[in-house]
Amino acid sequence: MVKSLTEAERQIALAISVAVAFCGLVLAAAGTQDTIEVHGWLILIFGAICAVVVIRDLWEPEPPKSRLESYYDDPIKAGIIASMAWAVVAMFVGVWVAALLAFPDLTFDSAWASFGRLRPVHTSGVIFGFGGNALIATSFHVVQRTSRARLPDQLSPWFVLVGYNLFCILAASGYLLGVTQSKEYAEAEWYADIWLVIVWVTYFVLYIRTLARRKEPHIYVANWYFMAFILVVAILHIINNLAVPVSLGHAKSYTIWSGVQDAMVQWWYGHNAVAFFLTAGFLGMLYYYLPIRAQRPIFSYRLSILSFWGITFFYMWAGSHHLHYTALPHWVQTLGMTFSVMLLVPSWASAGNALLTLNGAWHCVRDDATLRFMMVAAVFYGISTFEGSFLAIRPVNSLSHYTDWTVGHVHAGALGWVALITFGSFYTLVPSLWKREKMYSSALVEWHFWLALAGTLVYIFAMWNSGIIQGLMWRTYTEEGTLAYSFLDSLRAMYPYYIARTFGGLLFLIGAVIGSYNMWRTIRASPSSAAIEGDVPLNVTTAVVRG
Amino acid sequence: MDLSHDALVAFSKSWGLFYLIGLMIGVLIYTFRPSNRKKFDKAKQSVLDQDDKPWT
Repeated sequence: MVKSLTEAERQIALAISVAVAFCGLVLAAAGTQDTIEVHGWLILIFGAICAVVVIRDLWEPEPPKSRLESYYDDPIKAGIIASMAWAVVAMFVGVWVAALLAFPDLTFDSAWASFGRLRPVHTSGVIFGFGGNALIATSFHVVQRTSRARLPDQLSPWFVLVGYNLFCILAASGYLLGVTQSKEYAEAEWYADIWLVIVWVTYFVLYIRTLARRKEPHIYVANWYFMAFILVVAILHIINNLAVPVSLGHAKSYTIWSGVQDAMVQWWYGHNAVAFFLTAGFLGMLYYYLPIRAQRPIFSYRLSILSFWGITFFYMWAGSHHLHYTALPHWVQTLGMTFSVMLLVPSWASAGNALLTLNGAWHCVRDDATLRFMMVAAVFYGISTFEGSFLAIRPVNSLSHYTDWTVGHVHAGALGWVALITFGSFYTLVPSLWKREKMYSSALVEWHFWLALAGTLVYIFAMWNSGIIQGLMWRTYTEEGTLAYSFLDSLRAMYPYYIARTFGGLLFLIGAVIGSYNMWRTIRASPSSAAIEGDVPLNVTTAVVRG
Repeated sequence: MDLSHDALVAFSKSWGLFYLIGLMIGVLIYTFRPSNRKKFDKAKQSVLDQDDKPWT
């Protein structure tokens, strides 16, 4: 990877690595009384490893000028591998925390393995580790292909990818140590947050610079979704994480927001994390890889534009539906509820657009598991957005809030939509990036598909049942006007569903492991002799012709 | 300056409405403008090109 950098870029990379390592040393020195010391050493080691990797190839010859005649795919490949590695680790932790609910002894009496610490490792691991790396990798791929332009330099994509993974490592390891801001999906503490701002702004600038170099005059709609994802996540992250650390030697910080404002800012962030991290970015994937895989243009380009503006501007207002029946002013709750219901229109426009694109190619969906991944993802997108609008209605929320129904809803979106569209995109991308004719085994893709689908269905059906039972038990009164069931009664009623959801999650995890194995074997296979026509970089063929 | 709760609510209820409607009109005009039709048709076809190299 370092060999593809120019000499100047290698020197800057080395300088950045040393600077990061130095910052780690400062944190470690300042925080000897605090858990931040561990993170200081971790950052130091991370920076040192990066520096060693750069130094090893520092004096290699420069990459040839002909590199500019092809797309820059190395960071995309690394991003896919990182994404699948995070998927396996974080989904394993997910199965573990699911099992903990049924079998609480699985903490083995250690603090780091308690539910409260493992759960954010699972959520951040799948959302940021798996999803984030997938988004970074696919966005680099899509922006280059649709702009017909190479990334402007070789260093900044690596900085974004490697720096982002440092953030993910700091976040996940911090939770195990007990470092947390206690903000859902924003648990990482101030120093990790500042680092993510630097990485994310670089990502944004890199994306804009690539678009500015485009040869295609019109910016394809997938890029709009990726742009919305990058820009809005930057805004959300900065505003929600405004905090004052106790001191530079302490991991703990206090948010500048207080009371109900804090709750509102947190759920404005939280719901837009769903909207722009887990929806807009993955819709960018859908609008590119679905037409590519099906070899059919998107059903309606105009509809994709309308739903883009609908989704970006409606979602901004929906967050307050997380705070029904709280101290939040009633009209703000109503605003969130109304916009959530309105969101169904652009959401179903996107899901319908995807399915209508496939209309007339159903035989391809039947034969090709990769396309089936994307088709089922679009269906789950439609289902979970409908469910989301429904759950946001205040009286419905009075039944569903605090129950497993919410958990089921999140997983219908995260497993059924986000993960399936990602796997579909990866199965499209891996053979083409590594110049293979096809995946190592199409039978294993089938296995992955059916395991993932079965796991998702088992999971969400278990959570629907358990959530509604919970909600009903908590609101059942006796004739005397007292609660009919204690909390423990409802907990006992959950037991079979907790086991079922663990099993569903396990199926999904096995699918992800099979998928990783299949991708690994595809990557390691010798390049196919029969190259796909037109999918060879120009410089290879021209070099042969010229030679 | 008096920034009472009521003033903020009045502001967001009026101007919030106007800017969302304005945005909607703008988006509709952009989407359905006949002169954009060719551009959109080209965009949706061009991603299917098998041409896997940057244009120079």
